[in-house]
Amino acid sequence: MIRGMAILLLLQFLGELLSTWMTLPIPGNVIGMGLLLVALLIGWVKVDWLEEAADLLLSNMALFFVPAGVGVMVYADLISREWLPISVGLVLSTFCVIAVTGWVEQSLSRRGE
Amino acid sequence: MFAILTNHPLFGIGLTLLVFALAQSAYLKSRRNPLLTPVAVAIVAIIAALKLSDIPFAAYQNGGRYILFLLGPSVVALAVPLYRRRQEIYAKRGPIMAGVAAGALVSIVSASGLTWLLGGSRDVVLSMAPKSVTTPIAIALVEKIGGIPELTAAIVVLTGCLGAICGPEFCRLIGITSSSATGLAVGTAAHGIGTARMLEVDPLAGAVAGLAIGLNGLMTASLLPVLFILFG
Repeated sequence: MIRGMAILLLLQFLGELLSTWMTLPIPGNVIGMGLLLVALLIGWVKVDWLEEAADLLLSNMALFFVPAGVGVMVYADLISREWLPISVGLVLSTFCVIAVTGWVEQSLSRRGE
Repeated sequence: MFAILTNHPLFGIGLTLLVFALAQSAYLKSRRNPLLTPVAVAIVAIIAALKLSDIPFAAYQNGGRYILFLLGPSVVALAVPLYRRRQEIYAKRGPIMAGVAAGALVSIVSASGLTWLLGGSRDVVLSMAPKSVTTPIAIALVEKIGGIPELTAAIVVLTGCLGAICGPEFCRLIGITSSSATGLAVGTAAHGIGTARMLEVDPLAGAVAGLAIGLNGLMTASLLPVLFILFG
């Protein structure tokens, strides 16, 4: 558990460093995900070291978004000023993305079989 | 006196955990009705509680930021399900890359296009463009093209909640049935919040959704500045 947490935080930190030094638009935690995947694939990190910490975090991941969501209240005025284009655009666009992404993946996978 | 209590970090942490636990048990009692997706219910309930009792967001965030901090290592941890399912995912690398590329393009064009058609101002149109990517990437991109970063942050969270609430059901409705296609679609459209829901529904879908957060971030970060130069 502690070892797993230490590895996750260390890789996030390395990701943050890379993101800052190279002024990438990709955040440190996403770079950290990539670094961890590479570390697992080349065997520097064993997946059993991480299992407990990763499962604990991932099974509660939705909770960690709550404070970010509550932050929406601060910008309620900004949204309400142009609520119609924002809400219709957001809803329709989200459904379009789900449909297109899913259809493309599914039809190409079937063709490959 | 009251402000001393609400400014203490334990107020924000305690409120979030308490409300989320209640939302989770309501969700389980409703036999996992997606309309009661705990993250969305908890956000709405906490906003209502803060507004009704006149507690400023800054007071809540004194504790909220500790919970938000755990999001960082969670995103790193998404490499674990990805590694566990590496063979299945590697076998589908072509369809996965093509799906995310199509999704990223559709997301930018439809979000800003629809907002523009409905009379949105230039600032709002630009702020909508990166709505499907994870918040830090979306904010960095909007700063570059010149929208309103705070508005983008709010739009990204709302998009995530929508995808988490309706994503898996909408996929089933339109004939997207495989775990990898569903995970990819919801992860591409609704980033981390959608991924959190997929992890709960199906481990392979969760793994693919986690990958989609990173891939869509990369694709949108490369496409958006180009589209902005072409049409901006």
